[in-house]
Amino acid sequence: MSVHTVKEILASLRRKESKPSEWTETALRMIEQHDPTIGAFLTVDGERALERARRLDGEAFDGALFGVPYALKDNICTRNLKTTAASRILESYIPPYDATVAQRLAATQGVLLGKTNLDEFAMGSSTENSAFQLTRNPYDVKRVPGGSSGGSAAAVAAGMVPFALGSDTGGSIRQPASFCGVVGLKPTYGRVSRYGLIAFASSLDQIGPFTRSVEDAAFVLQAISGHDERDSTSAPQDVPDFVRGLEGGVKGLRIGLVTGLDEHGVDAEVQAAVGKAVQTLQDAGAEVVEVHLPHLRYAVATYYLIAPAEASSNLARYDGVRYGRRAAGQSLAEMYENTRSEGFGMEVKRRIMIGTYALSSGYYDAYYRRAQQVRTRIREDFEQAFKRCDVIVMPTTPTTAFPLGEKVDNPLQMYLNDIFTIPANLAGLPALSVPCGVSSEGLPIGLQLLAHWWDEATLLRVGHTYEQARGFAMPLPRMGA
Amino acid sequence: MGYETVIGLEVHVELKTKTKIFCGCSTNFGDPPNTNVCPVCLGHPGTLPVLNRQAVELALKAATALNCQINQDCKFDRKNYFYPDLPKGYQISQYDQPIGEHGYVEIEVDGRRKRIGITRVHLEEDAGKSMHGEDGRHSLIDYNRTGVPLIEIVSEPDIRSPEEARLYLEAIKSIMQYCDISDCRMEEGSLRCDANISLRPEGSTEFGEKTELKNMNSFRNVQRGLEFEVQRQTQLLEQGQAVTQETRRFDEATQTTVSMRSKEEAHDYRYFPEPDLLFVHIDDAWLDRVRAELPELPAQRRARFEQELGLPAYDAGVLTAERAVADYYESVVAAGSDAKTASNWVMGDLLGYLNAQGLTVEASPVRPEQLAGLIAQVDKGTISIKQARDVFKLMCESGKDAEVIIKEQGMEQISDEAVLVPIVEEVIANNPKSVEDYRAGKQKALGALVGQTMKATKGKANPAVVNKLILERIGG
Ligand SMILES: [Zn+2]
Repeated sequence: MSVHTVKEILASLRRKESKPSEWTETALRMIEQHDPTIGAFLTVDGERALERARRLDGEAFDGALFGVPYALKDNICTRNLKTTAASRILESYIPPYDATVAQRLAATQGVLLGKTNLDEFAMGSSTENSAFQLTRNPYDVKRVPGGSSGGSAAAVAAGMVPFALGSDTGGSIRQPASFCGVVGLKPTYGRVSRYGLIAFASSLDQIGPFTRSVEDAAFVLQAISGHDERDSTSAPQDVPDFVRGLEGGVKGLRIGLVTGLDEHGVDAEVQAAVGKAVQTLQDAGAEVVEVHLPHLRYAVATYYLIAPAEASSNLARYDGVRYGRRAAGQSLAEMYENTRSEGFGMEVKRRIMIGTYALSSGYYDAYYRRAQQVRTRIREDFEQAFKRCDVIVMPTTPTTAFPLGEKVDNPLQMYLNDIFTIPANLAGLPALSVPCGVSSEGLPIGLQLLAHWWDEATLLRVGHTYEQARGFAMPLPRMGA
Repeated sequence: MGYETVIGLEVHVELKTKTKIFCGCSTNFGDPPNTNVCPVCLGHPGTLPVLNRQAVELALKAATALNCQINQDCKFDRKNYFYPDLPKGYQISQYDQPIGEHGYVEIEVDGRRKRIGITRVHLEEDAGKSMHGEDGRHSLIDYNRTGVPLIEIVSEPDIRSPEEARLYLEAIKSIMQYCDISDCRMEEGSLRCDANISLRPEGSTEFGEKTELKNMNSFRNVQRGLEFEVQRQTQLLEQGQAVTQETRRFDEATQTTVSMRSKEEAHDYRYFPEPDLLFVHIDDAWLDRVRAELPELPAQRRARFEQELGLPAYDAGVLTAERAVADYYESVVAAGSDAKTASNWVMGDLLGYLNAQGLTVEASPVRPEQLAGLIAQVDKGTISIKQARDVFKLMCESGKDAEVIIKEQGMEQISDEAVLVPIVEEVIANNPKSVEDYRAGKQKALGALVGQTMKATKGKANPAVVNKLILERIGG
């Protein structure tokens, strides 16, 4: 198995050493060969992908991702291509429109191969909540790929596509990137348009790339960033040249180490790998400072009020009336009840109930309002911290990928896995997960970097510098146990 | 024991924007079902709302015209409930930071001004329209109306009778039309009204148990529904029974109200801030501009008509109720007509004709300058008032100017003495008996002579001139 980065594919295409259709064929072959084991894709749009690629064969190299195959998480709407959010309720839903990111990628002349698996409506940390199939970790198929964007992470890790998009609400890009040994980037909230992303928690959701290098992440981010008038929360913020910004090193940059992380049960191997990564950055000229995030410990609780509250409202539209699954019923109320009972899985129902409760009259102040207040505190923690440093370093997750089935019946355990990723969502910060080692069991470990709002440039520069300096290449996945 | 009626109204007014509040679909009324829809207003997965600034502009105008304090930082909230005509399962509305609060309107009750407080004015999106099949098994939904911008105007419980409620509604409608905020066509649903009504012993300051009244689709029905409720609640209280807090529906066929749902079934809307939209900041410049551009409102115009034009209060009230009528009237006056004469024509013949034909004043076949032209013909003495009313009818039918019709019909009044003198002298010569009678003191005989002269001129003689000429000749 040989895998290629976006950069390598583009270079080869530009030099006319290869044709777009060859890359698409290779990708489809990889999917055919490995996906029966991995289960990353819910839909493979092979014929149309080949058709598009062949058309590009005859065209001059033009768009920024000309001829590069890619995949989209199946909660990103694609016109005329089934988009399910891995839910029975949208089992056969075909959107009448394209998400902005899908449109932007199409405009770069990339080739969409298909849609990847996820936890239903992006609710989960293992992709086990998909209504349709399990996705397995390419490094150990008995383990989870992480979630909710487990399909996109696994597809990139397994070499099926050089990049894929996911969505990150509480870590759904960074955690699976960490578990699958790839690069995952959650941009600043508002950097990438959410138009066409099936909403889970609107104030937290953000689309971002999975890639095999930080440089590729910069490249893809460039293609999907920028204000979109269809998303009022997308910021009219200048988009810098991320790729050019990669060079320049970390000399003089201040790296913030968060104090008191031990209390969150960080695995020793993870701690060691992250420590080593910090040393690498220090050796490259960065200065290390300590920072405090006193409200970090409340992040999970805060998140699990705000996200379900928004979700309970966002998922109200799945009522069987206009699209998607509709169950029979003797009355309107019964039709609603049957449709939603049959259409939603356990975790989705759990969160709808938690969210409905948190917003109920009499409980709103104690839960939702309180959670928003804590969210403000967490944001302020970061404001303070970033006065002392340029990037903050943390593990992406406390542990490496856990076995399939281990936490599926223990939602609290599952939720606690998001402790280090949730704060960036609550604060709206950009955050990046870069592979920083492999455990004794051969499982990838992720280094998480967080930067100031809108400063993806510094984030990517530090990530890129680390990647260049780390002194090892990630081993290729075994695709077996 | 006597009871005092306490009423508060919630009025929904559709704003006159070209496109919906959160998408680009047309707001046109009456198009085939589900033709003005898109993924956004159908609530497709992944779609997001984008605020139409024009809707904010109109809501701001409304709140200003209703004397509200403006929240310069207002926000949107989600009101969550399930209904098939609500595609997202929530309505985007405003909860705790509405665009306007603490306003009022004035109405005139029995010749006295009364101020009705306005609690709040907020902006929200309309829902679709459900139509239930007669087989009782099917319902159809038209989503054309989904996302049409609305403002909800909530009054204080300051209204004390069904009649006041109607007057309040008329005042609201009038203000909305003056500011070009809404058509306020109740029959098309662009103005809708729900009422809260309770009774309390006279002199009491505490509110009684209230009922909420829905489904009243005309101003008349609002008044009737409330009148029925007053009656029903009075009866209950007099019998020593309690009024149940509930929602009731006005039934047009029976002119009564019937129970829809009790308070226990009331919704918990789980309001929370809409995360898909930003705060709306209304800066001073925007607010100042809206204030400056606000047209003269009905109450001000009415006062001006009374004071500057010297119109009776009744005339001023009728003429200013609708902005278009007031505009029409003022154009007639501007074209040179006497204020009171113009008022008589507009309120009488013009509105009479338009109402009979079901036309709006904008669609009047007679333009204001044409009406002024007609009035001028009467002033000049070309035609009599009686003739003028016939000419007006012909103007309505043909759209022609009064002058043209008078010529065509040969209606010009003869006022030229040189023409009339020989005729008058001939009539006097031919009617010695009448002359004698008049001189003997029979006033009636003068009428006979005038009548003969009119007959001789086929009715075209100017009666005043004829009168004068005869008197000059037979003394008096
Ligand atoms: Zn629309």
